[in-house]
Amino acid sequence: MSLVLTRFREAPLSAWIGIALVLLIGLAAIFAPLLAPFPETEVVGPQYSPWAAPYYLGTDALGRDVLSRMIYGARNTVGIALLTTVLAFLLGAAFGLLAATLGGWVDTVASRVVDVLMAVPSLIFALLVLTITGTSVVALILVIAVLDSTRVYRLSRAVAQGILTMDYVEVARMRGEGLFWIIRREVLPNAAAPLIAEFGLRFCFVFLFISALSFLGLGLQPPIADWGSMVRESAKLISFADFSTWQTATFGLAPLLPAGAIAILTVAVNLIVDWVLHLASGLEE
Amino acid sequence: MSPILKIILSRLAMGFLTLLIVSVLIFSAIELLPGDIATETLGQSATEETVAAFKERFNLNEPMHLRYLYWLQDAIHGDFGVSLSNQRPIAELIASRAENTFFLAGYAALIAVPVALVLGMLAALYRNTAFDKGVSGATLAAISFPEFFVAYILVLIFSVALGWFPSLSSVDAGIGLGERLYRTFLPALTLTLIVVAHMMRMTRAAIINLLALPYVEMAHLKGMRRWRVIAVHALPNALAPIINVVALNLAYLVVGVVLVEVVFVYPGLGQLLVDSVSNRDVPIVQAACLIFAATYILLNMAADILSIIANPRLLHPR
Repeated sequence: MSLVLTRFREAPLSAWIGIALVLLIGLAAIFAPLLAPFPETEVVGPQYSPWAAPYYLGTDALGRDVLSRMIYGARNTVGIALLTTVLAFLLGAAFGLLAATLGGWVDTVASRVVDVLMAVPSLIFALLVLTITGTSVVALILVIAVLDSTRVYRLSRAVAQGILTMDYVEVARMRGEGLFWIIRREVLPNAAAPLIAEFGLRFCFVFLFISALSFLGLGLQPPIADWGSMVRESAKLISFADFSTWQTATFGLAPLLPAGAIAILTVAVNLIVDWVLHLASGLEE
Repeated sequence: MSPILKIILSRLAMGFLTLLIVSVLIFSAIELLPGDIATETLGQSATEETVAAFKERFNLNEPMHLRYLYWLQDAIHGDFGVSLSNQRPIAELIASRAENTFFLAGYAALIAVPVALVLGMLAALYRNTAFDKGVSGATLAAISFPEFFVAYILVLIFSVALGWFPSLSSVDAGIGLGERLYRTFLPALTLTLIVVAHMMRMTRAAIINLLALPYVEMAHLKGMRRWRVIAVHALPNALAPIINVVALNLAYLVVGVVLVEVVFVYPGLGQLLVDSVSNRDVPIVQAACLIFAATYILLNMAADILSIIANPRLLHPR
């Protein structure tokens, strides 16, 4: 425990910035109903109000409060991205570890399937599947989780293969330990650091992917507040940005708010991942 | 047969095999569509005769593997069938749009590749200076930002605030090359910013890896200028990874173009694909996916083969 605390105390400034931003967005997502001044989907005022109380970030084309939608958007977008990443991880890590441990035809079949899935860009695959399934949250989560698990599979398989050549695994095998015991007690603890870093990177990727699909109108559907769809809804306003007064300038900045929020969260997670990777490489020495 | 030819041939065979498997996957999309495609298209009120005629016209009575072969044969000849929503031939819809898409991707590549190589070499030359850190930081930011964020920032600066370039890239067959380059500058710049980062970091890393080697030290000891050591001695040996990352990023460009086209309302294949996904016009989606997937696979294959040719050491893996 004290080791963890020391690590945190020694964390560089960039990691602290990342942690602070992720915490901020995480708290906004968890306490959205308490923090948001207005409901998520209700029309609460005139259309396109400027940035002034009680609408601190103005209102959108329907008269919904932008600040409230940004806060609820954190909850929806981040929540769904997190769920998808966890699913992708369970799927990819389970198959990767199994393929590495079992070897033989399980490894061959799983690796070839992953090769085919990775031969086509994820966006193209996702668009093809979403044509068939239609745009629903469940389809979105499953499609992206499966497509993203291929990357997790590759990494966990490679890491596990490295660990399986170690003497202590050989000893455990000779002792007569079962397959799952070896995976759980020998492989997983030693593969933790690269997998945690990968989790951060995967989250960024999934989060950007969902936002991109929502931006294309194929992800989360209105009236759900979501950062990607909010960019889509307010995109045209940018042409009307006029820097002569503060009020007209903020009006045109509407699409940059949700887009900027997406960018900030991705950068923040990347800063933390850099630090974790640095720690992991330091611990190995 | 020389070993290099053998490896290249096997890579080619692998690439085409992958392409074939992917085409099967794309074809089976229409099979997985819930409900009957004939009644789905013609509506519930269609008579039995119209449904039968529709099935006859699209070979829907044949078994699946035969229909796949017909579809593939037609697709290779550039015939993708007709659109479900407006019955127009897909080849007609796609031709000019595919041309626009490849034009935009090529335009972006022409800017991005030289910029990335020069920046990468400069960063390697002046490594650990403020210039190096600045470039690295900026490129890292460009990787983390979503494509549309980069695009709207550029629109805000160059179109709205300065008024130098149009925010919508509407092009048609009639306009000249100069005008076309001008109108598509912002989307090309967006794509450039997205792919430069990765290429530049790879160039920098590949060159820095070589700088500790004895022949580079020898070149320094001979009294050669630093930029000459890097350009003449280090760069040729760093070519394999650089060529690889350039080809991979060109493959990425072809996909990244989808989002950028939507932002700038550019009449390309990506925009058509996105519209067809919302209309669930499966034949168009299949055709567009096949073109994107084939380009991606072929560029990846090219990356593989070029890096083998550029690095003879890969011929004898130990």
